[in-house]
Amino acid sequence: MSSIAMNKPGTTVLLMGNEAVARGAIEAGIGVAAAYPGSPSSEVLPAIAGVAKEMNIHAEWSVNEKVATEVAAGASFAGIRSFVVMKQNGVNVAVDFIVNLNMTGIGEGGMVIFVADDPGGMTSSNEEDSRTITKWLDNPLLEPSSAQEAKEMTKWAYELSEAVNLLTFVRGVTRISYTKSNVVLGELPERREKKAYFPELWDMYNPKKSKFTSGPFPIYHKPLHEKLEKAREIFETSTFNRYRGPENPDVLVITCGACTSYCTEAVDELRAGDRVGVLKLGTTWPLPEKLVAKHLSTTKKVLFVEEMDPFVEQSVMELAASLLPTTCDLTFYGARSGHLTPYNEQSTNLVINALMDILGTTYQPRDLTYDREAKEAIKIVPNRPINMCPGCSHRATFWAVKKALQLDGRKGFLCGDIGCYSMGFAGPGFFQSRTMHAMGSGTGVANGLGNLKHFGFDQPVLAITGDSTFFHATMPALVNGVYNNSNFILLIVDNSATAMTGFQPHPGTGQLATGEQATVVDMEGLCRAIGAEVKVCDPFDLDNATATLLGMMQQDAGVRVIIMRHMCQLVKDKRKIPRKYKMHVDSEKCLADTCGCDMLCTRLFGCPGLMVDRETGKASIDEALCVGCGLCTDICPANAIIREEAIG
Amino acid sequence: MSRQTLKKEPFNLIISGVGGQGNVLLSAFVGEALVNEGFMISVADTFGVSQRGGSVTSHIKISKKTLYSSVTLKGKADVILGMEPVETLRSLVEFGNPDVFVIVNPRPVYPSGGVAYPDLDEVKKSIVKLSSQTKFVSATEEALKMGNPIYANIILLGSLVGAGILPISKESMMPILEEHFPGKMLDTNIEAFNKGMELAGH
Ligand code: SF4
Ligand code: SF4
Repeated sequence: MSSIAMNKPGTTVLLMGNEAVARGAIEAGIGVAAAYPGSPSSEVLPAIAGVAKEMNIHAEWSVNEKVATEVAAGASFAGIRSFVVMKQNGVNVAVDFIVNLNMTGIGEGGMVIFVADDPGGMTSSNEEDSRTITKWLDNPLLEPSSAQEAKEMTKWAYELSEAVNLLTFVRGVTRISYTKSNVVLGELPERREKKAYFPELWDMYNPKKSKFTSGPFPIYHKPLHEKLEKAREIFETSTFNRYRGPENPDVLVITCGACTSYCTEAVDELRAGDRVGVLKLGTTWPLPEKLVAKHLSTTKKVLFVEEMDPFVEQSVMELAASLLPTTCDLTFYGARSGHLTPYNEQSTNLVINALMDILGTTYQPRDLTYDREAKEAIKIVPNRPINMCPGCSHRATFWAVKKALQLDGRKGFLCGDIGCYSMGFAGPGFFQSRTMHAMGSGTGVANGLGNLKHFGFDQPVLAITGDSTFFHATMPALVNGVYNNSNFILLIVDNSATAMTGFQPHPGTGQLATGEQATVVDMEGLCRAIGAEVKVCDPFDLDNATATLLGMMQQDAGVRVIIMRHMCQLVKDKRKIPRKYKMHVDSEKCLADTCGCDMLCTRLFGCPGLMVDRETGKASIDEALCVGCGLCTDICPANAIIREEAIG
Repeated sequence: MSRQTLKKEPFNLIISGVGGQGNVLLSAFVGEALVNEGFMISVADTFGVSQRGGSVTSHIKISKKTLYSSVTLKGKADVILGMEPVETLRSLVEFGNPDVFVIVNPRPVYPSGGVAYPDLDEVKKSIVKLSSQTKFVSATEEALKMGNPIYANIILLGSLVGAGILPISKESMMPILEEHFPGKMLDTNIEAFNKGMELAGH
């Protein structure tokens, strides 16, 4: 989307929240942007990278979020405004560096992290509120309520960051990142050819002079708290905090972020605008206490509406406690009272329900007879489980794993990891993955399991990792395994992309975030240099992949790596690589229910390209979905699925 | 501000389908046309893991005066564009009401992992029961006739515009198709779009 770089202030364009954030950073005049892909934040960096050249920005996919934050800090130290983007899990990775960075302070260039949280975990392996982390880190926090505000806040965050000399967080959620809406563009900065320069001042006992090394710590910790107080002062008058409603509302709703529009919609839907006021906070940490105290004095009932942790709720209640006895007749509603949940997403309907209870009103969204009929109709609607794409190479890998483990017969198992292949713990991966936690953790856990021989442990241990995940966090675990003489097999499923998050390049792909050519980091050579035995297979050569894996399993010593290399089907589609086979099912050979295979192809193997013909009960190919990878031919015990070389 | 009128404020469109069918592309096209017409809109697409074969929806809230949250309130859909019958029914159950208008592609996408698909006629009957204004558009079938199931979503786009229920016209859609589809692809996609308009009785 080229509108990101459009220099027409005042123009209205349709932008996804993530693109608006990118635009905000560009309007702020950033010189460096670094990120690791993670939905719902994945689209921010590509939007910046797309205009990096013309705007003189260095934009990179870093190998992980800690390195990304360090890259940005380097720029800040040398006076350049820098930007880091990550999802909630990424904050966990970056935190170790940030704690230390807060002690020294940033450089002259403002530094901002945009983190996208994922209430409900729609695109995540967990549900986590990163705001709580920014609080204990002592960093200022802004929460946008729309794409427009996401742009404005990202831009303003640089002024704040420089004013208080602290890394500043802008925290969005999935609904902000992935909602497209009208955004009015601001001005783009002049292309500056600013000289980056690392300052020379150094005096260990003067935190104002010492740059970028910290200690003695109390001397450095104190100014950190002073900086935060300064941020609080600035927040007291920020226009990102707004109130809509009567002077003395029966109920004061305190909200932030995506929930803001849920609250105003709920008030409108209930026609309760004369009874309910909405205080929307954009600056949620540190809390603008004077502003909030003023509003608390106007009401007797307060409802908190926010997603996940009762973050604002707790800060405001702490404030109310400090204001006793003036606040003693306030009643609080929210997560603590059970009116809303401290997990999952909120919605306008959930806010309506909470308000109905507090106000004692009723609400009927639609005709009651219709409602009954709808509830009747839902009974025939089946669930739709997620699946790997037709032609996905992971399906082949998991099939080989399943086969090899069966043939080996020692109750071996696979430790899972994060990516499309996470689906390995469920039907699409034939339930092969038995653990799944953080990036790279499958290999770490395998390290531990593989060193239990002297406790009689004799099950083969496999771990799986994606190519991008390998560089992010698996590498140290592999080194650890070799060094400590653990016993496991690492499968690297190398499909040439960070597929789950949108096919971003990584160090093994030979491409930079900007699309330019990069040095290929040789994964195979790297594993060998670490000291592991390495074999490479194409999982679509199913027999060979299974046999290789089985052979390696039976060596039963040391750390062995098997790289399963085959391009992600969607990357093939993007590159317009033609299909390999034309598929059909020989209905003479497919014996359906009488075969004894129990419809292995559709029920167990489960490629979406296969279906059961309603009339005959036999397998057939869904030509709208099949991509002609040919894999199913190899799994049908009756040889009924026929592949022919596709021509043209 | 748009010169076109809106039947309701806000006006809620939902596009329902299965991950991989291209709902994000459709919502982007419709969204862009609406913004060009001067409307204020919020579009919420399903991203992430559901895009791998799960249920996906795009919600588009259209307004003449303000930006709303992106997700439709229960029972408040004005139009549902269904790319798949069961997914259409799923959306109707949650967001339908006696006045909702439905355009639906009757071609099932079967769930994987041995999950049974209900009887198609029964699904269609339930859809009609929950929306007396239902139009079936055999988009996948027509697309396969054109040589690639991928055209189904542009056919459906044509039907949505052709049905005249949204404040966008063929004229507002054309520049967007032109920008998105280079060279030869453009002709086939315009053909698909026209086919869709025709099927909507335009
Ligand atoms: S996007 Fe690629 S890796 Fe992910 S499920 Fe689809 S084919 Fe497999
Ligand atoms: S050839 Fe078989 S396994 Fe491959 S996409 Fe088609 S149906 Fe699926």
